[in-house]
Amino acid sequence: MAKLPPLAQYALRLGDDALILGQRLSEWCGHAPALEIDLSLANIALDLVGQATHFLGLAGEIEAKGRDADALAFKRDVLDFSNCLLVEQPNGDFARTIARQFLFSHFQELQFGALTGSTDPRLAAIAAKAVKEVAYHARLASDWVARLGDGTDESRARMIAGLDWMWRFVDELFVLDAIETKLASQGIAVDKPALRAAWDARIDGVLAEATLSRPAPHRPVLGGREGHHSEHLGHLLSEMQFLQRAYPGATW
Amino acid sequence: MYTTDLSGKDKKKSEPTPLKQEDPKLLAAFEARVANDEFIEPKDWMPEAYRRTLVRQISQHAHSEIVGMLPEGNWITRAPSLRRKAILLAKVQDEGGHGLYLYAAAETLGTSRAEMIEALHSGKAKYSTIFNYPTLTWADIGAIGWLVDGAAIMNQVPLQRTSFGPYARAMVRVCKEESFHQRQGYEIMMALAGGSREQKRMAQDALARWWWPSLMMFGPPDDKSPNTEQSIRWRIKRETNDELRQKFVDVSVPQAEAIGLSIPDKKLKWNEARGHYDYGEIDWEEFYAVVRGEGSVAKERMQARVKAWEDGAWVRDAALVHAAKRTAAKIAAE
Ligand SMILES: [Fe+2]
Ligand SMILES: [Fe+2]
Repeated sequence: MAKLPPLAQYALRLGDDALILGQRLSEWCGHAPALEIDLSLANIALDLVGQATHFLGLAGEIEAKGRDADALAFKRDVLDFSNCLLVEQPNGDFARTIARQFLFSHFQELQFGALTGSTDPRLAAIAAKAVKEVAYHARLASDWVARLGDGTDESRARMIAGLDWMWRFVDELFVLDAIETKLASQGIAVDKPALRAAWDARIDGVLAEATLSRPAPHRPVLGGREGHHSEHLGHLLSEMQFLQRAYPGATW
Repeated sequence: MYTTDLSGKDKKKSEPTPLKQEDPKLLAAFEARVANDEFIEPKDWMPEAYRRTLVRQISQHAHSEIVGMLPEGNWITRAPSLRRKAILLAKVQDEGGHGLYLYAAAETLGTSRAEMIEALHSGKAKYSTIFNYPTLTWADIGAIGWLVDGAAIMNQVPLQRTSFGPYARAMVRVCKEESFHQRQGYEIMMALAGGSREQKRMAQDALARWWWPSLMMFGPPDDKSPNTEQSIRWRIKRETNDELRQKFVDVSVPQAEAIGLSIPDKKLKWNEARGHYDYGEIDWEEFYAVVRGEGSVAKERMQARVKAWEDGAWVRDAALVHAAKRTAAKIAAE
């Protein structure tokens, strides 16, 4: 794939994060631990698919080569996906799913909060709507971290394991590469390293409430933004893109 | 459909259930209220048989919503566009919501959700036969919305006036969402029927597989449905199985024609004298087999439900223990 203009690349990253996590969460539909949880997870997935549609649509518009949100979602391969590694991690058990949501939604809420002040009005508008949604996601995930952490022995052990599994992907959330550094200096993109302190405080607060401590530090696992993903993404795409790939050119 | 009485119809002889003798005065007053189209509320006196029929019917309806999430959930991760994915997610989420309202309505009659779920998992409680058929292609998602939700509407609209208040009110909320479900399904079929040769084939094949099971959703013919009469008298049901089935055929045939799909029934013909479509014989043997749990994917459906429930036990336990800890801490602080 030819290189996208920086702004399109940025919108694509925001869209890919939402799309891939929405896809993961929708795998739970019909299989969650309780009916109420099923509805909550579907709700979050729905919000994320909506955000993805907006961000990918914008990326296509900026690129101006006739690709719409669907073309971007269904016709790219792994190397051209730019989501962070955290969101593509498999669901695992409910604790692992919650750990992923907890770490990501707090990041997303801070990120969208800052993005509402972007000098690009289109990004700001999408963020303004999305920030309300992700604030709810962050709260829901935090509540579950507290419940599971300070619940039974089993739930506690699972919550610890879930956080431990996901922790190595946290640092990638806050990396600002050359593309984003330039956009951030123009007031378009979010200065992500600047969000880290607030994120740490939020996470520590909830962990304290859950009577948990931070997982052991882990060397950051990076690469998602450049298309170097975990083994899991290819499988996710092969499922998600099946119809579009099997019947090229069809409209649905 | 979701509410057809599926209990024990496949047995040769159903054992007479000993019913307690009701106080004739109370019974007469109850019957008069019902005949007068008043709503019966949970705290009101009601005959035991009425309560039992309602618990069975409402819980069966709730189970159908929940099990029904599985065949459609099967395609959420493979939906062919972001729009279709979002619509399907919202639709399946609605069905889960319907399950919640219905379990809540049934709980007002004194049976807990856990008991009802236990009855489903043990095979004691039934759910709609329709969800024991597999969703093979994307067109099945269209066919389900169009036909299965279409049949649901047919059945649930009169239930908004059913005699038990909480059930009727749950149906009002449910019906608001059903027309969107039906429309999205028909829209999928329309897109496929107007699409490529392969898409058209998918659509036609889905209609061929879902048509007869959809007709079966309305339950056995009236002459083989012994509880219908009493249910109608008590305003639990308001129209018979055959009446509803006929209505469904009459609206669905022109819908199929409009998008150039053909219904797999050689005997289907407009009958001018009756003002209805005549249609062919339904394979009731298949229906009763599916009721018995011999639908082609019945085992998978129950396995998925039981697995979700068992895998989730530690989560539900943790939530209870956590809530108890919180309450204890609050009391200690006071
Ligand atoms: Fe429903
Ligand atoms: Fe529905």
